[in-house]
Amino acid sequence: MKKVFQRPRYLKKAVFHYCPGCGHSIIHRLIAEVIEELNIGEKTIGVPPAGCAVLAYDYLDVDMGEAPHGRGAAVATGLKRVLPDHIIFSYQGDGDIAAIGTAETIHAANRGENISVFFINNACYGMTGGQMAPTTLLGQESTTTPGGRRKDRDAAPIDLSEMLAIARGSVYIERTTVNSPKSIRKTKKAITKSFKIQMAGLGFSLIEILSPCPVNWKMAPVEAARWIDDEMIKTFPLKVIKDTAGKID
Amino acid sequence: MIGEAAIRAGCRFYAGYPITPQNELTEYMARSMDNIEDGTFVQAESEIAAINMVIGASMAGARAMTSSSSPGISLKQEGISFLAAQELPAVIVNTMRGGPGLGNIAPSQGDYFQATRGGGHGDYRTIVLAPDSGQELADLTRTAFEYADKYRSPVLMLADGMMGQMMEPVVFPEPIDVSLLPHKPWTLGGAEGRPSRIILSLLLNPAKQEELNWKLERKYETITREIPKAEKYMTDDAHLAVIAYGTAARIAKGAVKRVREMGLKVGLFRPITLWPYPKNDLRDLSRHIRDFLVFEMNTGQMVEDVKLSLEGKSNVHFYGRPGGTISTPDEIAKMINTLYHRQNLEEE
Repeated sequence: MKKVFQRPRYLKKAVFHYCPGCGHSIIHRLIAEVIEELNIGEKTIGVPPAGCAVLAYDYLDVDMGEAPHGRGAAVATGLKRVLPDHIIFSYQGDGDIAAIGTAETIHAANRGENISVFFINNACYGMTGGQMAPTTLLGQESTTTPGGRRKDRDAAPIDLSEMLAIARGSVYIERTTVNSPKSIRKTKKAITKSFKIQMAGLGFSLIEILSPCPVNWKMAPVEAARWIDDEMIKTFPLKVIKDTAGKID
Repeated sequence: MIGEAAIRAGCRFYAGYPITPQNELTEYMARSMDNIEDGTFVQAESEIAAINMVIGASMAGARAMTSSSSPGISLKQEGISFLAAQELPAVIVNTMRGGPGLGNIAPSQGDYFQATRGGGHGDYRTIVLAPDSGQELADLTRTAFEYADKYRSPVLMLADGMMGQMMEPVVFPEPIDVSLLPHKPWTLGGAEGRPSRIILSLLLNPAKQEELNWKLERKYETITREIPKAEKYMTDDAHLAVIAYGTAARIAKGAVKRVREMGLKVGLFRPITLWPYPKNDLRDLSRHIRDFLVFEMNTGQMVEDVKLSLEGKSNVHFYGRPGGTISTPDEIAKMINTLYHRQNLEEE
């Protein structure tokens, strides 16, 4: 019988701790699949963030080095400069990358560090219990925006990916999501392209992935998936934000 | 001096951010790393980014270094805590200046507590080396990289603005062959032909965290046994010893020479490792020396370690000048003279 679905080689035999309907496990799986397909598992090093996905090293079966909160791009820079032939990625949440680690991220992009950054945007601080993130939508309820995020008090959400597209060293920035089979396939393509850009030595790439957080959004998983389509993409439209790499084989 | 010594010690990764009085080091690394095949220099966007780049480089197995001065070292503390927790070797140079706050750019020893008490959060220690001359800057830089690798620990070089700016003839140690350094079996380099590796510090299970804490503590006990170092100058027949490190020790040595000419039996005890503190050497001295004068360029920090070492069995006196002011040997000689006679110590 032909086997059509199995655990990717670079996903450990572990049960995900993530909440029901969370996007992390899907994204972990996609990264593991792409690493296997590109045959780069033996030279890939991942940098997990502080946040829910810090435990990514319990699932991804590649070398992993944990960074302090927000400093993924700086730690990845150190790894990549010492090991230029290796594939280095950082995996960061919205608070990690777009609040506390903004400076490290912008400067890594501007230097054109040849790394891949996976930016998981779930519009809240998940691990700490659902506080306002830099990417929380206007009007969105969180534990620190009890009446909904207000521009006058809390500022509008930050468009980090668009800001990174201005950086001279960034090559490829795309915003995707993982709320449907179709969008998951599209995200996988984007991850593949990011790694290929790095393998070709072209520079900094980042995939922003809108990811459901049903528990902190206080929604059922299906409802959360729908909310991305109905609300989140109005603020964070799905698109290729920058691509100077063109077609890559 | 530190820059050239670091490169000769096999340092192949340097990240830094401009801050006075230590820009010469960053600039030297910028010039030199370019001429080294596998050398990397990064001018980071912040002190924080620099220490985190060092974390990445160290995970990848390189001998890595960053440097800064007091306010910048404060910014690096989270990273230093991570280096300690993840047992990553790295060398951090602090060219201390006057503080707190922005302070000034003059030589100070105000960061002793920060350096020797860990500095960042959590239950850890950092090896601290305190050079007092150009030659020792060069020699201890080599030692710092060796200790960092041997003990898998961050090592802090604690200098000050005086040392950051001075020029002295130095004989550099011969460069090492980086390819001959012992293999580090814990680095990240891709899981080729071996199981994947994780370098982490998140230990959600308190029992696991406790395990790490005790493992680190055992390592610190070993370090405390193996590396304490101090210089003893004219202490054999002394009735009083000045205790000072770094630039303060240079000043104190001048003062000791002066009071010796006046017939006072005074010596100098100069700790070279500030953590671990050379307390056994100091205790040995206290068998025949009853009075110690601690001189620091601060309001009194190392004096606590002196008191802890001597456990109340000797008279510990203190003289300090904070804020980036620099005492002259005459000023210290006067202090010694006054103290010597007040304590009725016997002259030659």
